[in-house]
Amino acid sequence: MPLLLSATSPTVDAVMLEARASGFAKRSIKNEAKLAAIDLAISCIDLTTLEGRDSPGRVRSLCAKAAYPAPGAPRVAAVCVYPNLVAVAKEALRGTGVKIASVATAFPSGLSSLDVKLRDTEAALESGADEIDMVIDRGAFLAGEESKVFAEIAAVKKLCGPIHLKAILETGELGSYDATRRASDLALEAGADVIKTSTGKIGTSATLATALVMAEAIRDFEHRTGERRGLKVAGGVRNTKAAISYLVLLDETLGDPWLSPDLFRIGASALLDDLLMQRQKLATGRYGSLDYIAKD
Amino acid sequence: MALAYAPSLETTPVRIAQQYDHFIGGRWVPSSSRETFATTNPATEGELAQVAAGTAEDVDRAVAAAREGYEKYWRPMRPADRAKYVYRIARAITERSRELAVLETKDGGKPIKESRDFDVVQAAANFFYFAGWADKLRYAINGVSDPAPVGVVGSIVPWNFPLLMAAWKIAPAIACGNTVVLKPAETTPLTALLLAEICEEAELPPGVVNVITGDGRTGAALVAHPGVDKIAFTGSTEVGKLIQKTVAGTRKHLTLELGGKAANIVFADAPLDQAIEGVVNGIYFNQGHVCCAGSRLLVQENVHDEVVAKLKARIETLRLGDPLDKNTDIGAINSAAQHAKISELIESGIAEGAVLHQQSCALPERGYFHRAAFFTGVSQSHRIAREEIFGPVLSIMTFRTADEAIEKANNTPYGLSAGVWTDKGAKSMYVAQRLQAGVVWCSTFNQFDPSSPFGGYRESGFGREGGIAGLRSYLSV
Repeated sequence: MPLLLSATSPTVDAVMLEARASGFAKRSIKNEAKLAAIDLAISCIDLTTLEGRDSPGRVRSLCAKAAYPAPGAPRVAAVCVYPNLVAVAKEALRGTGVKIASVATAFPSGLSSLDVKLRDTEAALESGADEIDMVIDRGAFLAGEESKVFAEIAAVKKLCGPIHLKAILETGELGSYDATRRASDLALEAGADVIKTSTGKIGTSATLATALVMAEAIRDFEHRTGERRGLKVAGGVRNTKAAISYLVLLDETLGDPWLSPDLFRIGASALLDDLLMQRQKLATGRYGSLDYIAKD
Repeated sequence: MALAYAPSLETTPVRIAQQYDHFIGGRWVPSSSRETFATTNPATEGELAQVAAGTAEDVDRAVAAAREGYEKYWRPMRPADRAKYVYRIARAITERSRELAVLETKDGGKPIKESRDFDVVQAAANFFYFAGWADKLRYAINGVSDPAPVGVVGSIVPWNFPLLMAAWKIAPAIACGNTVVLKPAETTPLTALLLAEICEEAELPPGVVNVITGDGRTGAALVAHPGVDKIAFTGSTEVGKLIQKTVAGTRKHLTLELGGKAANIVFADAPLDQAIEGVVNGIYFNQGHVCCAGSRLLVQENVHDEVVAKLKARIETLRLGDPLDKNTDIGAINSAAQHAKISELIESGIAEGAVLHQQSCALPERGYFHRAAFFTGVSQSHRIAREEIFGPVLSIMTFRTADEAIEKANNTPYGLSAGVWTDKGAKSMYVAQRLQAGVVWCSTFNQFDPSSPFGGYRESGFGREGGIAGLRSYLSV
């Protein structure tokens, strides 16, 4: 079935969108519901380290935490690393069920030739990545070269085959919710399995409002094609309360199937610590402290 | 259910007395007949308290107290000193906001989320805003350097926003130097009585604010009383007309804020998901017990099916239940009587051939509840398109062009509010200018501010509340 880019995308009103999004943060999820939500959030985390100074030792330590965050806590969904560290992560996570996601395509800028970006992707796949987090070419998108952006995503997906591809839209650079919606539709139609908000490398990361636009795009895509695609929010999800707001967003916009690591991920590092602290508090009735949470 | 919301009840305790008296001349005074009547919680059908049944004699005493308060204390006071009392009341409302919100929810049935985040917040804001005007009235009316107050104001407020409507009436009135006799609605007297307690604790001079509880007869006595200089009424058009007749031939000033059947107009080029938010807020906020509710949806024909599908999905996510649960979106209908009225109009809609759609949730075993609902296949002549339902029921009709939308929107005896949803600025302005409504919201709905004048055209009443325009009716020019 040929891939088609639809001619236009729906327009978005910023004021009403933000009002709706802020409503998700007002839901009160307590007690048993909160514990279940915390465990769900943990199981949806892509535990991430994307620093120039990442070393095998650093990655091994992160992987240990990913597989076993705390007694009784579920494991996270995946770790997210640069291509060079995929092999180390693969070895460290053998038999744990935690997936390895690799960034690729000249992350975070995306401003290299398609050849280089495809080779970058290939290398990550050869090292054993289970998932690829690519970046879309924002410069081309803002210059109006939609077919170029579309073709690149399609090419990377072709290379990935059945391996899940996440397309990072870098919503903080796109300038408007309309553009976020357009980029979402474009990425979904080009074959991305998951649309992702941010690289985490610029000031602006995921917000509830941005995630809502993307969730609406995913919802409408399912109506059009019958296919379920996923959402990943990355950066800016700092604490349990924020994480739960995203779960509420999914519940009220997309429904039950998306409340699963199969269709929802949170790209985070420090969030896991806050989730574990809140988990501890619900279990013991006493507020914990970060001293009791292992630093990976 | 992958994500369950456990009940999250607001547990702030609020003291409710077994019985309440009137608040007249700075003292708590029982009804002259010693009779009382019950006020109940519509979500539980349980009695909350007994309140004094206002007699003609009680009205007489209250008006006399207001007159004395006016002549003796309030009129001679320096405006800047009056302002201090109004600020004090504003601060007290803020300090006791949680208590007021819980009480409002228990007495009226609206979700705690709304009474906490809207009603009480706006009530305090109104007192803060009008306190600022008290010593600046020279700037209120062009050419009048020292406008005088009107005198004694009789204010009758409805049950849909009991505290907020009391604030809308009292704050501008006393800031301008008038004194007030307030008659809250029969089914929702408690927050007005707590407001009286706040006035008492603020040491407001006796007679400046008086609260007498009672039913329609008490209100009628107040309207007819010769000692009242101005009547301010918010309520149904039907009663508004009666009041106007009563006041005709007297020297009483009058403002009326009555019913509505507002059109929310959604064009094909509107951001549809966000327009749905505005439609939902317009009709389901406060269970549709809103005079300016967007109770008609005029949707452009070429996007009708898409909008209906989105609306149907969206109302499934509205949570109906215990108004004290912080997650509740749809609370209780205010009374058995109102519940019956809504049911009757829903039945008429079905009988006249429209198609009813409702959210599929279960209803609580006790209490007066109606599911969020909408009708498709509605035509202009149906009762559900013409009569104010005052419930969570939306009537959907289509239009083809902007001019047709305007014509249909204006085809009503009412004219309180309207909503316009389009991404095109020029069209938004074009339509807004031609709508016969006191308030037109563009790509939004139910936005209020004490500085913004609110009121209707035609049978939605006259006079404005809020802003400089809202001072007008409380000043004698």
